[in-house]
Amino acid sequence: MNLQFVVDGLLAGSMIGLGAIGVTLTYSILRFSNFAHGDFMAWGAYATLAAVGAIGAMFGKIAPIAPLSFGWPLIAAVVIGMAITGLLALLLDLMLFARLRAKGQAIIVVMASFGASMALRSLLEFIFTSRPTYFSRAIQIAMPVGFGIRITPDQIALLLLTAVLVLGVHLLMTRTQTGRSMQALSQNAALARIVGIDVAKVVRVTWIVGGALACVAGVMIGILIQIRPFMGFDMLLPMFAAAILGGIGSVPGAVLGGLIIGLAEAGAVQLIGAEWRAAVSFIILMTVLFVRPIGLFGVRER
Amino acid sequence: MMDLLGYGAFFLTTALIFSLVTLGLNLQWGLTGLFNVGLAGFVAIGAYTSALLTTPDDAARLGGFNLPILVGWLGAMLVGGIAAAITGIATLRLRSDYLAITTFGVAVVVQLVALNAQKLTGGPFGIGFIPRPFGGLAETPLLFNLSNLAVVSMVTLIVYLALEHLSRSPWGRVLKALREDERAAISLGKSARFYRVQAFAVGGAIMALAGALQAHFTGFIAPDNYLPALTFQVWVMLIVGGSGSNIGAVIGSILVWAIWAGSGALTSVLFSPEQQARAASLQIVAIGVMLCVILLVRPNGLFGDRPRRPKFGKRSKEAPDESTAKS
Repeated sequence: MNLQFVVDGLLAGSMIGLGAIGVTLTYSILRFSNFAHGDFMAWGAYATLAAVGAIGAMFGKIAPIAPLSFGWPLIAAVVIGMAITGLLALLLDLMLFARLRAKGQAIIVVMASFGASMALRSLLEFIFTSRPTYFSRAIQIAMPVGFGIRITPDQIALLLLTAVLVLGVHLLMTRTQTGRSMQALSQNAALARIVGIDVAKVVRVTWIVGGALACVAGVMIGILIQIRPFMGFDMLLPMFAAAILGGIGSVPGAVLGGLIIGLAEAGAVQLIGAEWRAAVSFIILMTVLFVRPIGLFGVRER
Repeated sequence: MMDLLGYGAFFLTTALIFSLVTLGLNLQWGLTGLFNVGLAGFVAIGAYTSALLTTPDDAARLGGFNLPILVGWLGAMLVGGIAAAITGIATLRLRSDYLAITTFGVAVVVQLVALNAQKLTGGPFGIGFIPRPFGGLAETPLLFNLSNLAVVSMVTLIVYLALEHLSRSPWGRVLKALREDERAAISLGKSARFYRVQAFAVGGAIMALAGALQAHFTGFIAPDNYLPALTFQVWVMLIVGGSGSNIGAVIGSILVWAIWAGSGALTSVLFSPEQQARAASLQIVAIGVMLCVILLVRPNGLFGDRPRRPKFGKRSKEAPDESTAKS
């Protein structure tokens, strides 16, 4: 078996993991599985694409940074895209989810997120058509790094970026007051309110972090594969599977779950064939639900 | 005039097949509170099962077994019911969201099998030559459409009456009790999980039957018929009609299908052919927004059950506590 699947799996796992962080935070703090999360990815990718276009229009053509396929415009655009995606998530919460949450039926919120997902995705199809687009059409030469593994500079940069982001979210969750409030709210909402935690603020931070990370994951998919309106929807099942495998509410769990699923998918592509890739997350999901429904790092719900 | 009548019959047949799926969903969601976002998968299971059982022998794939259409329908219900039961057994002891995620996964996997297991499903090209009831009348479209309408109406009526009977029976009352107040129902000695698996399986069987009916009505099926958009359409139908009401499910289906077909016809008139894919996506945006607005403004739809009573006092504003979720 070719070891190349390790690199492919780690990359796929990074995208899944970054998305799964948002899923697991929404699930543990707002108590619903957000089917629109995948579409945040797609919106983030398209927002970044639009920002790249705007920067290009303002500053003319800019050469990429030496070995990478992109230059500073993309980096600046990602930051803009993250802000836009975070705002989109906040807006959706304000208009839809918060109102339904106030009515108190968790599963209605899930259904609304399903409707919102459909509307968001089709809106992208309407604006940008369903034809795939790319950040760059340049072809990168993969460098051999031994053991039969090849890796491109872009891939190295994105793996590093993922590591930095995951570390950042982990520090946010464990070392800052906001992060501790988020944990408190997910563990015991009533008690968190009693000790005076600003629930509205925690909810806002949750959406912004989730949306921003989804945007990064979407841009990664855009750089390494392609941008299409359905790109996020296709990631939904792997993301849910990763969040549940890692244990709902656990950020390290979501990332680890994502990496496991990414590696399993890449392995399956080599052994069985690419067309069955999407079944891998379903099999892992079912196994977790039968064997250990609280996941790797989950805590039993009270 | 005859054309219009023929189209009317064709339209109603499709709408009634949709309403059959909606009735299945109403049993799962409206009556029992089980959230199924993968219903397209169960419809597909029914369609493919029935197609495999009834088509003439085909060297390129497994079967067909050339069995009577009725056997195909029963087989579809059986397989659809079993698939739903397995899904239910895996997830119904867990939080309600897990069922949603799992059903979503079922739809993804069914779609994958339909596309890739060429030996079983014919792959992307689907299965053709599915026998049609009254296929001999295909020469005269009006007669053909009317006789199909009669068959589909009959099946819908039977399922409707059966469901009405079920929801009034002791079995249906247990389901409602579980939906309204699980703790009280359990304290009366009802096994929540067992009843829910049953309801989910029966609902899945009805959806599969609808898939089979549709397959035999059009005579041809392909993976594209069972995309997530189908799941979405049926949900809108149920929510518009009002979840919990069987008559609402039927009327909601006809109404939403009329809106869907009507706006589709409108876009094909208004937009040039190359713009039509974009216009179609705008159609879905509109329906998605409609679903959200109905959930916000009139969550009980046109004929919904009486509003569910608020449980355990006033809800907290931001995060509902665990009592809404099944433990």
